[in-house]
Amino acid sequence: MKVPVNVTVNGTPRAAEVEPRTLLVYFLRDTLGMTGTHIGCQTGQCGACTVLLDGEAVKSCMVLAVQAEGREVTSIEGLAPAGTLHPVQQAFWEEHGLQCGYCTPGMVLAAHALLQENPDPDEAAVRHALEGNLCRCTGYQNVVASVRTAAAKLASGAEPEPVITR
Amino acid sequence: MNPAPFEYHRAGSVQEAIGLLQQFPEDAKLLAGGHSLLPVMKLRLAEPVHLIDISGVGDLRGVQEGSDGVRIGALTTHREIERDETLRQRCPLLPEIASRVGDRQTRARGTIGGALAHADPAADYPAGVVALDAELIVQGPGGERTIAATEFFLGFLTTALAPDEVLTAVRVAALPARTGVNYQKLANQASGYAVVGVAAVVTLAADGSCESARIGVTGAGASAVRATAVEEALRNRSLDEATVAAACEAADEGIDLLDDLHASADYRRRVVRGLARRAVLAAAVRAAEAWGGPGRAGLR
Repeated sequence: MKVPVNVTVNGTPRAAEVEPRTLLVYFLRDTLGMTGTHIGCQTGQCGACTVLLDGEAVKSCMVLAVQAEGREVTSIEGLAPAGTLHPVQQAFWEEHGLQCGYCTPGMVLAAHALLQENPDPDEAAVRHALEGNLCRCTGYQNVVASVRTAAAKLASGAEPEPVITR
Repeated sequence: MNPAPFEYHRAGSVQEAIGLLQQFPEDAKLLAGGHSLLPVMKLRLAEPVHLIDISGVGDLRGVQEGSDGVRIGALTTHREIERDETLRQRCPLLPEIASRVGDRQTRARGTIGGALAHADPAADYPAGVVALDAELIVQGPGGERTIAATEFFLGFLTTALAPDEVLTAVRVAALPARTGVNYQKLANQASGYAVVGVAAVVTLAADGSCESARIGVTGAGASAVRATAVEEALRNRSLDEATVAAACEAADEGIDLLDDLHASADYRRRVVRGLARRAVLAAAVRAAEAWGGPGRAGLR
């Protein structure tokens, strides 16, 4: 039996009927067609599926869609207006904070949640906060550099920047 | 990887949750943060037919200080516990343990009540609540009752909770004077669960010797226990490194050590003893530092 779910996703109220067992990550990807949230391990370990639930970083494979009822979800698509990069995304771009990019949406959102709480984290604080996000390319050095650069950008009041393609 | 299908019920109150548990006595599970339950449901190790979501029951959340100690609502998340100022002052062991549970995202969702009721042998809190002599407050059809933490964990994923009872809160007494705490953990690198975890609550006497040491061990056996042999060996003794190390050789006494792919029984034995030594020494140093009495010099 399907149940109704009402969730605000990236500022837009969304309503759907889903099986109760539907995980939030499948709700985003399959029900809403928003594939920016990646599925990695599905066991709550890799963090690729990290989204913000009422501003707090959570693993969307570890939350039922029905548990997000009445709440606000921010996925990677909602971080900055289309065609622009949020300062955290821009910092990952500049610092080469990704190799294959699979873990990146989760990394960016986990980093964003950290920076909301601690605008100037040192390396240890960054590593501690990203403990739940695995990068199988093992590019952690550049991820840490990206988060530190993002902190500096946000501190200087950086706005989303247009995506540069070349 | 989806859980098996289930019927979803949203309980608005503890009474409603108890009513639903009575209605489906065989095949219902309570859902809080879901960070213990959903993983086992995905693996089909648990296939409840009815899932009763209590996460919206507001009065089960939060930390309150009263005359009988600090009461922590069952739905309080690890992250809330980690950062709670009352707990950091009155019972710093639980924030310390909470900060070591899983990762940041896990801590944002997982709840203390869920973790305790699930009773995973490798969970972190059980070591702390048994060391603290915490009381677990549960509500059932007949009203409220209190279960001592040391009598709550009965075995692998098994607690003293009746099928129609809800764990509503954890109550811990404020720590006595001259007391220090510490939690030591060897985490599994993949899961973050404790291969072994040891929590110590050490109270010094006025002369700086050990008035009492309470030591909780998780991960070593099927459920968390107190290392009573070590506690007895330390009573009235000076907590110098040699004495503590010798006493902690008994840290695994009475534990039927797990032997699995994460660690052999022999390895766990060594780790339990080593972590017990570190936890007791660190707790003793903190007790002395907080106090500033003669114990501090004796520990150096």
